[in-house]
Amino acid sequence: MAGKIVTITSGKGGVGKTTATANIGAALASDGHSVVCIDADIGLRNLDVVMGLENRIVYDIVDVIEGRCRLRQALIRDKRLPMLHLIPAAQTRDKSSVSPSDMVRLCEELRQEHSWILVDSPAGIERGFRNALAPADVVLVITNPEVSAVRDADRIIGLVEAEEKGPARLIINRIRPDLVRRGDMLNVDDIVELLAIDLIGLIPDDEAIMTGANRGTPVSLNGKNSAGQAFRNIAKRLQGEEVPYVDLYASNGLFGRLSRFIRSGGE
Amino acid sequence: MSNFLDRLLNREPKSAQLAKERLKLVLIHDRTDLTSHSLDLLKDELIQVVSRHVEIDRNAVRIEMQQDGRIQRLIADIPLRAANRRTRNR
Repeated sequence: MAGKIVTITSGKGGVGKTTATANIGAALASDGHSVVCIDADIGLRNLDVVMGLENRIVYDIVDVIEGRCRLRQALIRDKRLPMLHLIPAAQTRDKSSVSPSDMVRLCEELRQEHSWILVDSPAGIERGFRNALAPADVVLVITNPEVSAVRDADRIIGLVEAEEKGPARLIINRIRPDLVRRGDMLNVDDIVELLAIDLIGLIPDDEAIMTGANRGTPVSLNGKNSAGQAFRNIAKRLQGEEVPYVDLYASNGLFGRLSRFIRSGGE
Repeated sequence: MSNFLDRLLNREPKSAQLAKERLKLVLIHDRTDLTSHSLDLLKDELIQVVSRHVEIDRNAVRIEMQQDGRIQRLIADIPLRAANRRTRNR
């Protein structure tokens, strides 16, 4: 088996890299794939809490790279979803304890036994980002509809191209249809036109993301919420399926609900 | 276009529209490392070089950046003087 290595990155911090990694990982695992999520943010470990696996850490990525444990020992298996695994970041070290070639070696070993390796990149364009980019087969750039995030995404897309890891694909996170409708938030078409790369996902701003992270349960595991559905769609698209985009701008007023009710045949 | 409409109706343009226009300019500079100052310098030098070979209408020269996907193009529009056409026709 030769698994695919997907790096999730953004440039700007706080736009949803870790949330996206946890949710896409969980969605791929619930589709029956063996998945490993790697937290590449050495010194600022976070993916473990978002995935709800923080109490199970014994070894971390730096322990593997420096030979203090076997790869298998650092791999935490999610008991709720046995196909999902995490390799946590080291918390007390810094980015220089891992090199791009360490990451390539680690991911090459993992892809022998797992079908998807997701690398959660740290923010910024320095060593940590270079480490996360080095092993990637596919790069997903995540942004939200803010000028600062879009600008940083553009910079990252350029760097991904320069490293010949492109073309990256775009996730737009935290979309607020109400703000877009009244002209106070960049819309999807504007962002795609500015950044000139292909989309792979649109995530609405959804409270469920917060409550999911609070509980340590990725929302994509849960059937009902819109963000979870959006992450499951990204997982399908990564697998090569064509999934239509959810209509984020569908009105939630009485009329919108009524017309959806009629269209759905009253179900 | 909607900006034009806004001006026509004397409305403030929507903030998303402003964001898009500002980002367009910022991204061109980020991608090319060309500021409007260095673009002016480039324009002056280009005019000097070209006018060494042909007579041009210096005031009508236009140089601008254009976006084509993720590729930036430097578009130069340099009108030649009519006198030049006469010489060539002869």
